[in-house]
Amino acid sequence: MEHLLFNPVALISALYLMEGPAADTGHIPPAVLIASLYVFALAAFLGYQVISRVPPLLHTPLMSATNAISGISLIGSLVIAGSKYEQHQMLASILGCAAVTSAMINVTGGFLITDRMLKMFRKKDAVKAEEKK
Amino acid sequence: MNAQYFLEATYLIASCLFVMGLKGLSHPDTARRGMIMAAAGMAAAVFGTLFHPQLMAHPQGYLYIAIGLIIGSSIGIPMAMVPMTAMPQRTALSHAFGALAASMVGIAEYVIHGNGLGPVKMGALGLEVMLGSLTVTGSLIAAAKLQEVMRGTPIMFKGQQIVNLGLFIAMVGSFIVWLINPAQAIFFYTMAGCAFIFGVLLVIPIGAADMPVVMSLLNSYAGLSSAATGFVLGNNVLIIAGTLDGFSGFILSILMCRAMNRSITNVLFGGFGAPVTAEAAVSGSMREVGLDDVAVQLAYANQVVFVPGYGMATAQAQHACRELGNLLEERGVSVKYAIHPVAGRMPGHMNVLLAEANVPYSSLYEMEQINPELPSTDVAVVIGANDVVNPDARDNPKSLIAGMPIIEVDRAKSVVVLKRGKGKGFSGLENPLFFKSVTGMLYGDAKASLNNLVQAVQKV
Repeated sequence: MEHLLFNPVALISALYLMEGPAADTGHIPPAVLIASLYVFALAAFLGYQVISRVPPLLHTPLMSATNAISGISLIGSLVIAGSKYEQHQMLASILGCAAVTSAMINVTGGFLITDRMLKMFRKKDAVKAEEKK
Repeated sequence: MNAQYFLEATYLIASCLFVMGLKGLSHPDTARRGMIMAAAGMAAAVFGTLFHPQLMAHPQGYLYIAIGLIIGSSIGIPMAMVPMTAMPQRTALSHAFGALAASMVGIAEYVIHGNGLGPVKMGALGLEVMLGSLTVTGSLIAAAKLQEVMRGTPIMFKGQQIVNLGLFIAMVGSFIVWLINPAQAIFFYTMAGCAFIFGVLLVIPIGAADMPVVMSLLNSYAGLSSAATGFVLGNNVLIIAGTLDGFSGFILSILMCRAMNRSITNVLFGGFGAPVTAEAAVSGSMREVGLDDVAVQLAYANQVVFVPGYGMATAQAQHACRELGNLLEERGVSVKYAIHPVAGRMPGHMNVLLAEANVPYSSLYEMEQINPELPSTDVAVVIGANDVVNPDARDNPKSLIAGMPIIEVDRAKSVVVLKRGKGKGFSGLENPLFFKSVTGMLYGDAKASLNNLVQAVQKV
């Protein structure tokens, strides 16, 4: 139970399993939904494999890097901010614009600070060489 | 149709580059190149999206995009310039922004399409807004606590658990009711409102020492709300990037919990760090040592291990620590730095601080690597760390932190603890290490003490 509560991955999957076959899938054709679920499952598996290999040494850069990467919601925000709608144009554009702003903060800030941090992790001889200078 | 292919091609490239970028993080030597790849992936995805047919059809819309991109960059770039000691609060703040973006996309989608989305998208959209909103306020509270705008100790009130549970039920309840009656927008906004408040209540009872877990968990939620956005928009790169972020946060929170021997439930609802009544009596007295004694010990040691904790960060003592380490190395002492997984306020924070102070990463040791070496270590120097070196965790099954893996400095031939005063650590627990016969206490500001030690060692 604990795992279902605190593991939103399980929650989301449970929800999809619940809704997928029974309800009519409305605007998502079943094939697209199934493909999306495949993508999700494979990304989760891949993420687990790749991220378990990151050493504790780099956990802070990992966190800021994944944070920058999840700023990918920027592309969703861009479409919302710049599209034409039949109604609620102003509200949608403003919400979109605010979303672009906050996603962009993560993207620029996240990648820059990750690089700044990673620059600091140096080998012994690199540190020695610099100190000699 | 060609535009669609172009768009999807940039997304595919971005997805591959993200995965390769994270793979680069498996070693410090490849990490920077990896992150450049990931950034290139992001640039490709954004570039591709700018030619989205929906955007091309509505040129006026680019104004809003430009405004967002410019304001975002002008906030994001200064946020990348913060000092490394402020990393935890900066990261918490950026979780809030990420989640805010996701929840605003969700709300906008609902405003635009109303109830015409179909149940699956509605479900994903609800989760996106729910997770997003509670992450926004939760991260803001975490950032406020870390920045010490708010006090870091747990804030508890009577009936807190019941209020939290009630709110959680209200939030999930309105989500379900809304799914059944999608036309009733009120339930959607009630859910979002509850999620905002729930985020606050979730984080205020958590002590600053438990922040590594909370940070990781919020990281995970922010990522998953991005992944849910991907389901709503039918966009694979969003699903992939969001899931990678979500899993990374989830793995980190499990690692952090393991490093404290506690479950996630216990961290979230335990209110750890509140004053404890039952406590094992500690016998003996603390032995204060003089600067010159420590300097001699260090200068003639074969191996010295530094164990930094959050106190090192608050005292800004990492450079002084490195200076002392350098000096000892020049004298032929083998110097190592031992880092506990939950030292500091976010995973890996101590490593970044020491790397900034020019400590090569080969001198940074994980807990499991250093523990077998401690019995043959002449002096272990504890700098502003407390619970992570508390032998009670190993020896006293009744202790609040019983079973938490520790850096076993008490097995070293001699221990020097740099400590501001005689007070207790963050968790409020008494630390028997300070009373052991091998331990000498060196009181004072960590940075000043280390600087004095540098001078004293030079004279030896």
